[in-house]
Amino acid sequence: MTTPKQSDEDKRTADVIVIGGGIHGCSAALHLVRRGVSVIVLEKDYVGRHASGVNAGGVRRLGRDLAEVPLAQASYEYWRDMPALVDDDCGYRATRYLKVARSESDMDAARQRVAELNARGFTHEDVIDQKTLRGFLPAAASHCVGALHVDGDGSALPFQTTQAFKRRAQKLGVVFHEETPVLDIQRRAGNWRVDTPIGAFEAPTVVNAAGAWGGVLAAKLGDDVPLKAHAPMLAITARMPPFATAVVGALSGALSFKQFENGTVLIGGGVRGRAFPDTNRTALDMKGMSQFLSTARDIFPIMKRANIVRTWAGIEGYTPDNLPIISAGREAGIVHAFGFSAHGFQLAPGVGEFVADLATGATPKLSLDAFNVSRFQQLGPA
Amino acid sequence: MSFDIIIIGAGPAGMSAAITASDSGAKVLLLDDQPTPGGQIYRAIEAAGDKQANILGPDYMAGKPLAEKMRALNIEYVSDASVWQVTDEREVGYSTGGQARLVTAPAVILATGAMERPFPIKGWTLPGVMMAGAAQTMLKTSGLAAEGAIFAGCGPLLYLVAHQYLQAGVTISAIVDTTAKANRIPALSHLPGALKRWDLLLKGQKWQSEIRKSGTRIIDDVSALRVLGETKAEGLSVNTAGAWLDIKSEHVFLHQGVVPNVNLSFAAGLDHSWDERQLCWRPDTDTWCGASIDGIFVAGDGGGIGGGLAARAEGEIAALGALGKLGLIDTTTRDARAKSARATLSRELCIRPFLDTWFRPSDSFRVPIDDDAIICRCEELSLKDIRDTIEIGLVGPNQLKSFCRAGMGPCQGRFCGLTVQELIAKQTKRTAADVGYYRLRPPIKPLRLEELANLQIDDDT
Repeated sequence: MTTPKQSDEDKRTADVIVIGGGIHGCSAALHLVRRGVSVIVLEKDYVGRHASGVNAGGVRRLGRDLAEVPLAQASYEYWRDMPALVDDDCGYRATRYLKVARSESDMDAARQRVAELNARGFTHEDVIDQKTLRGFLPAAASHCVGALHVDGDGSALPFQTTQAFKRRAQKLGVVFHEETPVLDIQRRAGNWRVDTPIGAFEAPTVVNAAGAWGGVLAAKLGDDVPLKAHAPMLAITARMPPFATAVVGALSGALSFKQFENGTVLIGGGVRGRAFPDTNRTALDMKGMSQFLSTARDIFPIMKRANIVRTWAGIEGYTPDNLPIISAGREAGIVHAFGFSAHGFQLAPGVGEFVADLATGATPKLSLDAFNVSRFQQLGPA
Repeated sequence: MSFDIIIIGAGPAGMSAAITASDSGAKVLLLDDQPTPGGQIYRAIEAAGDKQANILGPDYMAGKPLAEKMRALNIEYVSDASVWQVTDEREVGYSTGGQARLVTAPAVILATGAMERPFPIKGWTLPGVMMAGAAQTMLKTSGLAAEGAIFAGCGPLLYLVAHQYLQAGVTISAIVDTTAKANRIPALSHLPGALKRWDLLLKGQKWQSEIRKSGTRIIDDVSALRVLGETKAEGLSVNTAGAWLDIKSEHVFLHQGVVPNVNLSFAAGLDHSWDERQLCWRPDTDTWCGASIDGIFVAGDGGGIGGGLAARAEGEIAALGALGKLGLIDTTTRDARAKSARATLSRELCIRPFLDTWFRPSDSFRVPIDDDAIICRCEELSLKDIRDTIEIGLVGPNQLKSFCRAGMGPCQGRFCGLTVQELIAKQTKRTAADVGYYRLRPPIKPLRLEELANLQIDDDT
């Protein structure tokens, strides 16, 4: 836990209060303080405790919803030089990201995808044939016929990254209060007053970056979002001989697969365990996990010999359309940035910039219409 | 096949629980990761004859009738079964013969026993260094013993194994006793309670005097240890009475007590508390060994160190608790049948406060003093690596794990968990209880991907 300096600890007011010390809260705080805005971050556990710190670490533009592609591109510009932003390389390795095709219909889907992107002016994804795939991934099974591919996507270490954003923000003057849950929030004479066990904090603007807990907070602020908490699962193996440098997914069948430099292999793929956000607990579903493990084995026969040494899950908030909420709230002085639906890690460096725009009244350089909080209002609560 | 009670571990607690449950008509599945029943204390007991009886003594041989009775009853006993998960819904995942299975029962008894406390000194990971329990395993399973070994550390097991080695006619280079003299006064206040087991105290005295009579070198007043050697153990450097002394040997056996093996109980989500006297975590249990999750029971050393006889008594109590809960016996019968086990248990536990205090491992042997001493063996992280990570503000075991991978390897923290926790406590001036422990997750033992990937198809529940 961070213990702020005595003078900082006493600070009860700021220009912006960020609720949630995940990677989006930390990124928003960093972008704000870089503009000279004073920020207090309130985190109920410790920074990077949940989805931000324990995700698969994919730094991926590949295969994103078309609405998200511009955000991912904007973030990519930051990823290319993370030391400039956070003074830490975040364990980022730009290699290549592949979604492997295991059938001709997979290949058709890949070609259609690239055509759609090209029509919108995006050229980062391409389709590679079997020969090229074998060049990139000699260990792939013979029934892998090609792949959707991005050169330059890769992976980073999520906890190290989230901590790096925090440390950089802190160095520039952001005050972090960890183990400080929000008990209540209400409008008080033009300010938002946020009550916590260590007292009240006040600011004219509040950023809701509370992840899986963001829906409850949004509801308190008059914005109904049918957010659901799930616990996407991951498994890691004992060290294996090096056989894959690229990060690998599948065009049919969910998979997130990468081998670290130390030889261990991380495997995930959308299958969810049970999440208990009230108690921070997750329960794993080993039967469910067998789905993405079989996909991994199907693409890499060498994985038959792998030993799983650990599995885990983080608590993440999902929206009905699996797109995040990056939006001003119904009430003045509220900005939401949550519900990233298990693909927010790569987006954080760029989204922080746009959240800082919304919080300071500047106009973001990209349209955020697809991420507006009001899009769920006709749906009602979950 | 369906079962009333699944018991994990076929040591004294697990076998005794299985016998009690089966005697009352319960359908019992007994899973054990070893090829034969017995656990650590009665390891390889079924094959033991006169020679073993001479070397290993009557306490060891007392396991024989227990194993025989377990075999005679209608208990589904599965050996070589690696249990890798127990869920809060009492679903047990285990592997045997390359096949992973899931099986659920209304009651599950965890009898996973103890493991040796880490002994993180410089060089403790070198080939040739072993924990004394492993040295005893060799003696029990294959009759092998290393000539001229050094035994270093503290606790009854250290002297027991050394004594067994001498009984086997094997010489010992030296016994380096790290028991702190400062423990004596606080321990003496627990002596009156311990006198109920005066026979055990005498037994310890007897081992010690026989070891002395054998002419084995005994070194005490020890403040620091380092294993000598670069690529393998070549001896032990001992700081005794303020001066360093080098003893040569290719075999160094370390021991400073045992702690509950809580990986499975933590991964199952049971509530645990820190035991400051035994310096370990133990699952919270009620008077029937029932844990914080309904239908899960913990018996034996896995719930707190009490020794073999206490484990047998707890196995019986847990089984009675489970039988009562399942309605297989009425509460009057349950209470009556538990009486003698409860009497045994209280007699066995009365000596623990004295032993725990007398043999409390010193701070300097629980948290290393040498910067390059390895703490996390799987990721090869030294004292300095871990301390540097704490210093940048990552002051919880799970933050540390996420950041530098300590505790993330195949051992799942068995070798580093307590050390990391106590190091953080020392560094941040908090209590070990406040610092907490790693969040543990299934599989608690490495599991072949192939087995897990096939789980869905082969699931027979």
